[in-house]
Amino acid sequence: MSATFTVGLLLLLSLIGYVMGRSRAVTVAGGSIATLHSVPNYYGSFVALWAGLPALVLVLVWMALRGPVMDWLVLDGLNAQQIESWARVMLPPNDLQNLLSNIADETAALTETHRQLLLINIKNLAAGQALYVNPAVVDAIQPAADHLRNLRGLSDWTLFGAVAALSGGALAFCWSRINPDFRARNNVERVVTWLLILSSTIAIFTTIGIVLSLLFESIRFFTKVPVTEFLFGLHWSPQTAIRADQVGSSGSFGAIPLFTGTMLVAVIAMVVAAPVGLMSAIYLSEYAPKRVRSLVKPVLEILAGVPTVVYGFFAILTVAPFIRDIGTAMGLNVSSQSALAAGVVMGVMIVPFVSSLADDVINAVPQALRDGSLGLGATKSETIKQVVLPAALPGIVGAMLLAASRAIGETMIVVMAAGLQANLTLNPLDSVTTVTVQIKSILVGDQEFDSAKTLSVFALGLVLFAVTLVLNVVALRIVQKYREKYD
Amino acid sequence: MDTTTLTKNTEAVSTQPVKVSARDVKVFYGAKRALHGVNVDVYKNEVLALIGPSGCGKSTFLRTLNRMNDTIDICRVEGKILLDGQDIYDPKLDVVQLRARVGMVFQKPNPFPKSIYDNIIYGPKLHGLATRKDEFDEIVERSLKRAGLWNEVKDRLQEPGTGLSGGQQQRLCIARAVAVSPEVILMDEPCSALDPIATAHIEELIDELRESFTIAIVTHNMQQAARVSQRTAFFHLGDLVEVGNTEEIFTNPRDERTQGYITGRYG
Repeated sequence: MSATFTVGLLLLLSLIGYVMGRSRAVTVAGGSIATLHSVPNYYGSFVALWAGLPALVLVLVWMALRGPVMDWLVLDGLNAQQIESWARVMLPPNDLQNLLSNIADETAALTETHRQLLLINIKNLAAGQALYVNPAVVDAIQPAADHLRNLRGLSDWTLFGAVAALSGGALAFCWSRINPDFRARNNVERVVTWLLILSSTIAIFTTIGIVLSLLFESIRFFTKVPVTEFLFGLHWSPQTAIRADQVGSSGSFGAIPLFTGTMLVAVIAMVVAAPVGLMSAIYLSEYAPKRVRSLVKPVLEILAGVPTVVYGFFAILTVAPFIRDIGTAMGLNVSSQSALAAGVVMGVMIVPFVSSLADDVINAVPQALRDGSLGLGATKSETIKQVVLPAALPGIVGAMLLAASRAIGETMIVVMAAGLQANLTLNPLDSVTTVTVQIKSILVGDQEFDSAKTLSVFALGLVLFAVTLVLNVVALRIVQKYREKYD
Repeated sequence: MDTTTLTKNTEAVSTQPVKVSARDVKVFYGAKRALHGVNVDVYKNEVLALIGPSGCGKSTFLRTLNRMNDTIDICRVEGKILLDGQDIYDPKLDVVQLRARVGMVFQKPNPFPKSIYDNIIYGPKLHGLATRKDEFDEIVERSLKRAGLWNEVKDRLQEPGTGLSGGQQQRLCIARAVAVSPEVILMDEPCSALDPIATAHIEELIDELRESFTIAIVTHNMQQAARVSQRTAFFHLGDLVEVGNTEEIFTNPRDERTQGYITGRYG
């Protein structure tokens, strides 16, 4: 009896509930629907919702708890002898010695890693994948595998029964409550309101979850590396020795070079995007004839849809060599992965972002202000410079901040076009690295999770999150304040 | 039609010279004709009220007088409008200069999001009417006094103009228009967004401004037209039906449509 079948039953009961609820409402109305408090469909929905939702919650809770509970039951059912014979084959000698010294305590002797390994073996066996050449292992854990299989069957059947009972019971109860005075519409709408609230909180809880995980792992990182060293240190070299006997750098986690690198690239991007975006917004909203506008605006928005990875290879294959050639011709020493190339391409990427937002803001300036200025004998450009732009300024600043936060968090372009070396420099022709690039390069490849190197990723992520969050909040506040003024 | 209106025009003679004169003015929005040949004169130092039901073309006509219709792409104007005998639709004429001579006050108060002081000196600065700080100070004081706003705002000239009350904002806009020393001021329902007290204020002001300016005012409020204007023009469905001394229009209209409108049969 699979879970799919149970969910199918649930849907079926819901559907039956709808049909039954609706027809009973029609029946109790006795031919004049108008005597009902709500239209019949609401009575149907009422029964269907209550037949479906509580049982659905039961299924979800059951699914969430089933795994851990069964793991615990299965391991609890193993005796010391079985664990020992499994361990003799599967564990390395050192770990085996440890285990055997306190085997009397049965499963408690197992470390978390070994517990997982044992469970995987049992589950594979239960699934019929007898991959173990050594029959001793199979013998040892066969009872546990059987146990697991039984538990699974039992669980599915119990769930099926529980769902059928709960759903059917709710259906019968709700059905019996239907009478012409019953306020089905209010009831259904309340349930729907709760569903809406639930959906909207999912995003919020996800965000909170991400922030908390960033926070806790960062705290772990800061127990290994002092906060002050991370925030104010000038040297970034995250290579740490994996084993005690390994010859390697001790690792240093001063993130200032990453922050300056990120800022350098973002500033270059904004230097490109701000004037270009703003001026194209002014042209589009103030000067462009309707036809040009209706053509150019969608095209600009297509530019915003180009995948960043495409910009990335555009940066590294076209722009970077071009800049280096020019630099060399001028006698400058230009790195092949210069911050300039990455920044310029990133700037192009956020041009449509800036221009689209600024265009909205400029359009929101009331025509009355333009008329007032023109009516005083101002020219169009005087009106734009002295009335429209000052009026739109808060919104434009907001747009710039949103674009900047986009540039700071952008990853793909810098991964491809910026370097890996953490140079502390403000020279745009040098190679720099950014926070996002470091996060990516640290997490790619095999890492021990507890190492300072891996954990540093969370601290970097936290800083990145904090900066973009502040930028976004400030930007949205500015834009909002501005909107209130003219609406 | 055209000839009859012309004769009616000439009947309402003023002792003052003609300031603005419209001859056979037709306005089109795309293919739609909004005005069908309007002939009217505005005399110097008079207030001409433009009345008529909504959509009759009175605002459109007003906006042709300083070419504010230029900002609307699909709008086209035919005919002649003369300001002191000079055609304002002459391609050689600089529209910026025209608007400095023919100022405008709009329906909704539209102070710029700047300080009261900066609102007033906006126009004079553009046209280079003053250069030194004391000259600007003088313009600000004179304009605000003329608009009857000086006593209320003289201590807070650096505060934003948008922070004033609706009536004060509208007087600020009038002061702003006055500051460039125009010859003609066009007012497009300047009191429609204001309460009765603020309206009374503005009406008084219009009467005072008449001494120095020529004023054309669009209004929905017939009592207002009767109170502030010397002559009244009645528009209906894009036609100028009748123009004459205000008293006459309101007591003894010649046209049936005018009578219907002022007695409240439609409008």
